[in-house]
This record gives sequence, C-alpha cells and structure tokens, in this order.
Amino acid sequence: MLKNYFKIAIAVLRRRKFFTFISLFGISFTLTIVMTSTALLENVMSPAYPDYNRERSLYVQRVTLKNTKEGWINSNSASYNFVKKYVSTLKKPEKIAFYTSGTNTNAYVNNKKILLEVKYTNDLYWEVASFDFLSGKAYTKRQIDNAERVAIISDRTRKAYFGDQQDVVGKNIEVDNVNYRVNGVVRGVPRTNRHFQAEVYLPYTVSKTGYDDQGVMGNFSVILLAKSAADMPSIRAEYQKMVDKIPVDKEYDKLYAHADTPWEDLSRRFFGSDDSVGFGKMLVMVSAFLLLFLLLPTINLVNINITRIMERSSEIGVRKAFGASSRTLVYQFLVENIILTLLGGLIGIVFSYVVIYIFNQSGYTPDLNLSLNFSVLALGLFVCLLFGLLSGVYPAWRMSRLNVVSALKVR
Amino acid sequence: MIRLQNIEKVYRTDTVETLAIDNITLDIAKGEFLSIMGPSGCGKSTLLNIIGLLDEPSKGSIRIDDQDTSRFSDQQMAKFRNQKLGFIFQSYHLINDLQVLDNVELPLLYRTSSAKERRQLATEALEKVGLSNRLKHFPNQLSGGQRQRVAIARAIVGRPQIILADEPTGNLDSAMGNEIMDILINLNKNDGTTIIMVTHDENMAHKTHRLVRLFDGSQVQ
Repeated sequence: MLKNYFKIAIAVLRRRKFFTFISLFGISFTLTIVMTSTALLENVMSPAYPDYNRERSLYVQRVTLKNTKEGWINSNSASYNFVKKYVSTLKKPEKIAFYTSGTNTNAYVNNKKILLEVKYTNDLYWEVASFDFLSGKAYTKRQIDNAERVAIISDRTRKAYFGDQQDVVGKNIEVDNVNYRVNGVVRGVPRTNRHFQAEVYLPYTVSKTGYDDQGVMGNFSVILLAKSAADMPSIRAEYQKMVDKIPVDKEYDKLYAHADTPWEDLSRRFFGSDDSVGFGKMLVMVSAFLLLFLLLPTINLVNINITRIMERSSEIGVRKAFGASSRTLVYQFLVENIILTLLGGLIGIVFSYVVIYIFNQSGYTPDLNLSLNFSVLALGLFVCLLFGLLSGVYPAWRMSRLNVVSALKVR
Repeated sequence: MIRLQNIEKVYRTDTVETLAIDNITLDIAKGEFLSIMGPSGCGKSTLLNIIGLLDEPSKGSIRIDDQDTSRFSDQQMAKFRNQKLGFIFQSYHLINDLQVLDNVELPLLYRTSSAKERRQLATEALEKVGLSNRLKHFPNQLSGGQRQRVAIARAIVGRPQIILADEPTGNLDSAMGNEIMDILINLNKNDGTTIIMVTHDENMAHKTHRLVRLFDGSQVQ
C-alpha cells in the first residue's frame, strides 16, 4: 500500500514540475532559515567555548537608575566601585569574575595597522571560563595587584602581530602605545560571545581610564559562578538583598542591577522590563512568529494541494469506486504530503549545511563554527512533519468529500 | 441478486428540479447479463451509478445480495463496493501515473492481501484479457482497446459478483468493441458474473440476456 502511495506521490511530483518546485522551495527555504537561525541561537545561548559553566552562571551587565515620578532613566554597565564595594561582599558565589566590555584600539606591525578589541579583567575571569591556553598562562592576582603590564592574546592576534612565530610568551606587544609582555596565548572566541571575546586581555588595574570611580555606573560586567546549579536561588537571593541595600542618588528612587542567565537576559532585553523577565511574553511572541513563518509555506502548500486535487479528481473517483473509504483517501493524501514535505526537508537540510558551511568559511565572524546538531536536525524533521500534516489535512478532507460521480465526470 | 424498488432520482438546483429517474423497479437475477439502453440523458448512467452505490437515490430502496444498502456507513459502503462490485467506464479512468499492473492491483489495495498475492492476481486478470505482455506499460502507451481491457482486468481482479459497465465499447471501433464484448460474455458465461451494461449499441445489447429501455427516466421496456 505504502509503496503504491510512494509511486503515486513521486509521479504527481514529476507531473507538474513548476508546482513541485514552488512547494519544495517553500519548505526547504523556510526550513533552512529555521535551522540556521536555531544553530546560531544555540551557539550563542548554549554553553560553548570557553563559557562551559553557563548553567551555573549569573551575568550582571547593566545598572539602571530610575526616577519613577519624573520618568528619568539612566542605564549603563556597572562601575568598579559597584563591583568592589557591593558585589565582592557576596559570600554564596564560588567565584566572581568581572571584565570590561571590549574597547577597540590599534596596534602597528611593520607600519600596518591592526584593529584590536581589548578587555580588562580580574584574575578569576580565567577561572570562571575554560580558555584553551595554547601557550603560557593566565595572569595572577598578584600581577593584577602590582598592575603588571602583561597581556593574554588570542591566537588570531598572535598571527596578526607576530606572524608565524609560535612561541611568543615573554615577548612584547604594543597596544595603544603601551608595551605589554605576553603572558599567554588562548584559542580565539567567536564575536557572538560578548562576555569572553577579545583579541587582547589585560589586567583591569592597567586600564588607562580611571576605573576607580565612586558611582555605580562604569564599564564593567560581572559573572557570579555558583558551585552547582542548585546554589543559584540562594545566590540570587543574596545578590538581590545586596542590591536592595545600595543607596540611590537623590535624583533617583530605584536601582536595578539584574543577575540573569543568558536566556533571562535576552528575554528581559526584548520582551521584559526591570520588574519582569518577560519569559511568557517571549514564548508567546516567538511562537506566534514561528507559527506565522511556518504558516506561509503551509498555506502555499494547501493552495497547491487543492489545485492538484481537481487534477486528480478522476483518480479519486476510481479509488472510491473500487473500495477506498474517505478515511483511506485522507490517509493516502497525508502520506503523499508527508513524502513531499520530507523531500523538501531533506533539501532544506542540505541547504542548511551549505549555508552553514559558507557562513563558517566566510570569516564574517571569526572563530565561530556553527554546526547542525541532532537537536536542530530533529527540530527540522519535526517542522517537516508539521508542514506535511498542516498542509495535508484540509485538502485531504476536501478530497475525501468529493462525490464519486462528479469526480469521475471531471476530465 | 439486485432488487431496485421505486427508485427515483431528482437533481435540484436553486431554480430547477430535474427528474432523472422516475419510479423504476427492477429485479436482476444472479448470473444475468442485462443491458440498459435509451437516448442520451434518459438516466441510463444515473441508474447504473445508483446500482453501483456511486450515487444515492432520492427515493426508493436497493437491495443487493439481500442487504439493504441504504443503511451502509461510508466504511461499509467502501467495503461492499470493493468486494461485490467491479466497474468499467467508457473513458477507462485508468491512473496514468501508474503502470498497467499497478492499475489492475488497485482494488486489492483496499483488502488485506500481500504484495505477492496482489501481483499474482493482477497478472492472472491481465492474462484473462490477453494483456500479459503489457504489465510494465503505462496507460498512455496503449491503444483504446487495450486500455479498456486493462480496465476490465481491474474490474475483475477482485472477483466481484457484479460488474457494472458504462458504455464499455463507446469509445472503440466495432472490431475492438466486439473483442471487449466477447470478454464480457465469457466472464458472464464462465465465471457466472452478473453484468449490467449501459450501451448505445443495439448489436451489443442484443448479445445480452435482457434489455431494459429507458426514456426520460422511466422504464419503457
């Protein structure tokens, strides 16, 4: 039976090549977009090099002061003072790392300018993440306290600055007209990981800009690492208690500094507010968007399928005359449609591979290697089946309702 | 075998009501070869479709093999058609995307039978109509007469007790028509299949056991 349906499905696909092309293109194109964006999102949001501890990390990236009566808002990264005076008093986190957002600066090699992104960090930054040290090691607390001019560089910077030399530890690198001794070389981090991506990492104590200001806003972000995921609630509670005690300037009446997971941060930025993470809203919006996005090729398929039914009216009539019940016909049509969508899905998977390959090769985001993993593949197949069912049910139902005599009259 | 009682069929649109079949009562015996004749539009095909359970009468009842077909569900109707009835159409209605053998196997798909059994039965049916050398051809590679023979093979493959043929020779020249007619006569004679055939052709009709003439939806002979 299935073999017969398969034969028919393939024959129908070959009969109207243009319709088939449109159907397959619709499915595979949508699937390619869904799969590559999932791969990208997964890469950005899931634990990945060197940030393997995301499941037990909370990120503080923003301090917001509000005057709720007047509607003033002032928002920025945290200051060193905020980190030192308040965050470092926390007892529950296992480790507290802090770092600046990347600053672009220049270095010159043989009169050639290299643009470098620099991050200033503390020593625990190297323990919260698991960087691959290709040579050398991280700078220590003592080196930071002594404001030693040492640098950790990425392998790409090594290549750009020192050429093919491998052993560069102990050599000097001039960044923004200051010489730093290379303390270690790490494997590069993709640009999509804004907490850990930089070309040069320096101790925060050597920063030219005065880091030691008194306010709560500055240029620092913080990662609170828990011993285990089970400790996260108590860390959150301790952190929030600490934040609540921070005195607020006269001009403002509220201070927010959320310690969020990456998903909470994403949700709060786009769908939430300072008072709510906005997970529910994110779920609704993303689902609605996905549904709309999937609906387009599905409606297209429904349309094409209905047209095809009329073409196959005689076949439907014959099948009914020779003993096919409405249910059997619905089943046949759904099977055919699922074959079509799976074929589209297969093409979509191939397309996704090609797009991801081109993306990885393009060098647009260095060190970023997207891959289609099993969960993305499973999602892709699920989407295909959903297409098949959604676009097949209505036409199949219409088809099964056709009157045999009128179906046989259509030529 | 088949008992039609006071069958009436009315087609209704918003403005017009057309009486296609007017109070027909007819008994058809087991093993009978009956032909239905009449001018175009007199309700021959409608009557045949009603007997074949492809269309519902507006009034009246049909009993086939002592079963009241008006109470059948969609599933029961499908099963009944599959096991008891075989259809031959004037324009063959073969599925052009399927090979001859797959076309003939079609009624068996809706039964519980293995692929091997289906293949064997379909091959035997095609042998019966003299087309065992065309199994892998597609319908559009065959002549009209050959296509109708494939259609006959499809109608008989499930060994139905009743065959309903709607102008089976209507699209064929007289030589081909005679060949098809011979096959039907043999089926009736050798296998005892009850055949009801709509035709325009007096010669063909006279080869059958009984002739029913319709005029404006009523039986006149």
